Amino acid sequence: MSILQVKNLVHKYITVGDSEEDKQEVTAIDDIDISVEKGEFIAILGKNGSGKSSLAKHINGLLMPTEGAVYVKGMDTRDKRNLLNIRQNAGIVFQNPDNQIVGTIVEEDVAFGPENMGMPVEDIWDRVTSALEGVGMTAYKEASPNHLSGGQKQRIAIAGIMAMEPECIILDEPTAMLDPKGRRHVLSLVKALNREKKITMLMVTHHMEEVLLADRIIVMDHGRIAMDGTPKEVFSKVDEMKQLGLEVPYAAELAWQLRQEGVPLSETITTREELVEELCQFV
Amino acid sequence: MSIRLEHVDYIYEDNSNQKNYALKDVNLEINPGEFIGIAGHTGSGKSTLIQHFNGLMQPTNGNVYFDGKNIYENDFDLRGLRGKVGICFQYPEHQLFEVTILDDVCFGPMNFGKTREEAEIIAKKALLDVGMSEEMLQKSPFELSGGQKRRVAIAGILAMEPEYFILDEPTAGLDPVGRGQILNLLKRLHETKKMTIIFVSHSMEDVASYVQRMIVMNHGEVLFDGDKREVFSHQKELEEVGLSVPFYRYLAEDLNQRGFTVSKDILTMEEAKEAILKVLRKKR
Ligand SMILES: Nc1ncnc2c1ncn2[C@@H]1O[C@H](COP(=O)(O)OP(=O)(O)OP(=O)(O)O)[C@@H](O)[C@H]1O
Ligand SMILES: [Mg+2]
Repeated sequence: MSILQVKNLVHKYITVGDSEEDKQEVTAIDDIDISVEKGEFIAILGKNGSGKSSLAKHINGLLMPTEGAVYVKGMDTRDKRNLLNIRQNAGIVFQNPDNQIVGTIVEEDVAFGPENMGMPVEDIWDRVTSALEGVGMTAYKEASPNHLSGGQKQRIAIAGIMAMEPECIILDEPTAMLDPKGRRHVLSLVKALNREKKITMLMVTHHMEEVLLADRIIVMDHGRIAMDGTPKEVFSKVDEMKQLGLEVPYAAELAWQLRQEGVPLSETITTREELVEELCQFV
Repeated sequence: MSIRLEHVDYIYEDNSNQKNYALKDVNLEINPGEFIGIAGHTGSGKSTLIQHFNGLMQPTNGNVYFDGKNIYENDFDLRGLRGKVGICFQYPEHQLFEVTILDDVCFGPMNFGKTREEAEIIAKKALLDVGMSEEMLQKSPFELSGGQKRRVAIAGILAMEPEYFILDEPTAGLDPVGRGQILNLLKRLHETKKMTIIFVSHSMEDVASYVQRMIVMNHGEVLFDGDKREVFSHQKELEEVGLSVPFYRYLAEDLNQRGFTVSKDILTMEEAKEAILKVLRKKR
């Protein structure tokens, strides 16, 4: 069974103005179907306003479908009785590292989720310890989150979710505010948790280089799914990506530019190593 | 005419009363018409630094001069300075508070003496310049996606028509088209309006493509300040402080190592493409 199923999902935001006539509808998600298998690492791409965050918020029940349904391990998010269980199984990390920390000490912050689930105290500390170890932040367990860098705060946010022992983590532009080093740290952590703990990852990003870590890419456009495939499949369609207002990784873009000039490079180039390898064949 | 920082320290105390330097002996002069990129790891002092450019933060030691005048002298018009030196902050959601997007962007110009009608014309133009569409103008800022909020925040400062336009990570959270739109807008403002542009960025590729001068901060101190080519030639030092050089410079290095000889000093896509084509054409 798929760990996550999105079926004919539609989401409309309704905004009410001063009067009834001001009422407006925005269709943020427009009839999409996705099914995700356990252990997949999926990157979600798309222009600003294409519906990525709205989709992410449906997965752990922060938003409810206007039409259609979302199932996490078979549980319908529309059924309130499932919500606690769903949130334990599918945690979400947002963009801004400063808005996600609730505790005044790192350990407390990480314990917050399991505490809310009503777990026995001994179990909570076991989980907190292993979650902090998992994200490489054990040394900071007694630190105040205020004094951490953005990348460290994101690791703590991920630890908070890990402490719930979820099967799936949704990351909505987790690295947008980070410097290159913080970004590398968070990405390698996400990759490791996916590889070693088989946690299913759904990561929204605007950085094409980050996407290369994923096994599968979903491209959204105007609330619909425009492409769904492996990084090689998606990034070989350079023209299509450009039409969707997106880019491809630097190496793929340069290879595309060179192909336009008649250099016979293959369409599957996505990394620097691959590009160098093929170019060196010519000299 | 310039913004000048002389021996600026900014010291803060943490919980244990320990003194920390967010800025340490910073000496800089920003001249009109420059296009500058600022890079540095998280906590290196970038955001503290730019807030000294318009007096939002006051140095613990040292002085800040605008057009030769000390901005903390009694008769200095600090409010006027904030109209000339506009800063767009890192977290745009903290800057949006009005009922509609248009109101939000009108706020700045009206605050500096424009009528509502004048402000609306300026605001509309600024919003279209950052890639917002006409039908979005009456929406509430709270109904926007992350990238849309960022654009509105940039338009808000742009509408003040500053002489010095300073942006803290303007492209974070923007899609590729949006990133190009904003960076090209900055380039256009620099070229046609002679606006001085300073932007903080974690993308070495963006810095390499757009700026002339690059400032690298490290633990509150200026590590490098100079022509971008010169600064990017310090690959090892940049990596040591958690930064990198542009993708294309790494590519050039790899190619050279494999006997595909191109200049080592390649910073952008265009330069890489030209250099590679030149080698291939010779071979044929
Ligand atoms: N709370 C809200 N009320 C009304 N409309 C909203 C709300 N949140 C988002 N929208 C609208 O829904 C659409 C999709 O927004 P969403 O935040 O899902 O996009 P996104 O793909 O995450 O964009 P970004 O890359 O900018 O983060 C946009 O048109 C947006 O303006
Ligand atoms: Mg979003």
